[in-house]
Amino acid sequence: MDFSSIPAALPALWEGMQTTLLLLVLGVLGGVLLGTLLAMLRLSHNPLLAGIAATYVNYFRSIPLLLVITWFYFAVPFVLREITGEDTPVGAFASCLVAFVMFEAAYFCEIVRAGIQSIPRGQMSAAQALGMTYGQSMRLIILPQAFRKMTPLLLQQSIILFQDTSLVYSVGLMDFLNAARSRGDIVGQPHELLLVAGLVYFIVSFAASQLVKRLQKRLTP
Amino acid sequence: MDYNWDWGVFLRSTGIGDEIYLDWFVAGLGWTVAVALAGWIFALLLGSLLGVLRTLPNRWLSGLATAYVELFRNVPLLVQLFIWYFLVPDLLPEPLELWFKQDLSPATSAYLSVVVCLGLFTAARVCEQVRTGIQALPRGQTAAALALGLRTGQIYRQVLLPQAFRIIIPPLTSEFLNIFKNSSVASLIGLMELLAQTKQTAEFSAHLFEAFTLATLIYFTLNMSLMLVMRRIEKKVAVPGLIAGGK
Repeated sequence: MDFSSIPAALPALWEGMQTTLLLLVLGVLGGVLLGTLLAMLRLSHNPLLAGIAATYVNYFRSIPLLLVITWFYFAVPFVLREITGEDTPVGAFASCLVAFVMFEAAYFCEIVRAGIQSIPRGQMSAAQALGMTYGQSMRLIILPQAFRKMTPLLLQQSIILFQDTSLVYSVGLMDFLNAARSRGDIVGQPHELLLVAGLVYFIVSFAASQLVKRLQKRLTP
Repeated sequence: MDYNWDWGVFLRSTGIGDEIYLDWFVAGLGWTVAVALAGWIFALLLGSLLGVLRTLPNRWLSGLATAYVELFRNVPLLVQLFIWYFLVPDLLPEPLELWFKQDLSPATSAYLSVVVCLGLFTAARVCEQVRTGIQALPRGQTAAALALGLRTGQIYRQVLLPQAFRIIIPPLTSEFLNIFKNSSVASLIGLMELLAQTKQTAEFSAHLFEAFTLATLIYFTLNMSLMLVMRRIEKKVAVPGLIAGGK
C-alpha cells in the first residue's frame, strides 16, 4: 500500500464530494417536500387520494434504488423528448436527482406520516375551533410540531441517502466514489483510493450519526 | 407518445442461441434469489452472534460487536462491495488469490464476493435487531433463569433467544426484503442478476420501458409474497400474552 498519491488527488476528490453533497442536499429537500405532500394525501379523508399515495409509497419501497437510478437514466431524456418534442440533453445529474427525489419521497413520507400521527388530536381540534382551515392548521400548528419531533429520523434517513448517493456510480456520474475510482485508475493505485473513499464515507456518516444521537437525546427529555 | 409499445418482446428470440428474453429474466431472478438467500443465512448467523455479544456484560466483547456495527453501517454498500471484489482478493495468500482470479468462473467469483459483502453488511443490521429483541425482554426472565441454575449459554439458548426472535420478526422481515433489493448492486461487478439482465434486455431489444416495467413487477411481486409469508410465520409463532401475540 502506498498512499503517496493521495495529496495530489485531493482536488479531484473534493470536486466529486461537491457533486455528492449537492445531490444529497437537493435530494433531501425535494424528497422531504414530495414526502410531506404524500403524507398529507395518505392521511386525507379522500380514499382515492389516500390510495394513490399508499400505492406510490409501497411501489417505491419494494424496488431497489439502483433499479430506479438506472431506469430514470434511460427514461428521463426519452420522456422529456416526448414532452418537448425535441432532443433535450439531460445529464446524469438531473436524472439521478429525479430518481433520488421520487425514491426517497416514499421513505420520507412514512417518517412524516408517523410524525403527524404522533401529534395529539386535540391540537387539530383546537386549531379548527379557532377558525383555521385544514391547510392553515396543518401549516401553522401540526407540521411545525411534527417536524421538530421527526428531525432525528429525517436526519438519519439523510445519512442513509448520503451513502446511497454512491450508487450513481452505475450511470457514470462523477460523484465522490467515482472520482476516487477514476483517480485510482489514472495513478495506478485503485486500492489506496478506494480505501480512502471508504474512510471518508465512514468518518462523515459516523460523525453525523453521533450528532443525530445527541440531538435525539436533547429532544426527548 | 410515439414509443412503440410491444409486450410480446419477452417471447421473442434474443438472437443468442434459442433463448427468448424471458429466459434472461428467469435466469436473473435465479441469481437474485441465490445471492439473497445465501447472504441472508450468513447474515442471520453472524448477526445473531453479534447481537448476543452486544448484550453481554463483558465490555470487550460488547465493544467489539459495537465497533463492527458502526463500521459496517457507516460505509456505503457499494464501497464495501468494491473492497470485497477488487481489493481483498489481492491481499489473499497467493494460492488463494490465483484460485479466486483464475480457477473460478467470473460469475462464481462475483457471486462469492457479493454474498460475503451482503452477509457482513446485513449482519450489522440483524445484530441491532437481535440486541433490541433481547433487551425488550423483562429482566425477570434472566433472573428467573439464573435462579433455576442455568448457565449463561443456556439462558440465551433456552430462554432469551427463543423469545427475542419471535418479537423481532417484523423488523427482521424488512431486513430480509432489503437483502433482495440490495442484491442488485451485484450487477455492478458483472453478475447477471435481475437488474443486469433487465439492462441487457433493454439494450438488446430497444424496448426499454417494457424491460424495466417487467423488472419492477418482479421485484414488487417478490417483495409482496415474501412479506405475506413472513406475516403468516409471525402470527404462527407470536408470543402469547404480548399485545402482538393476541390471546
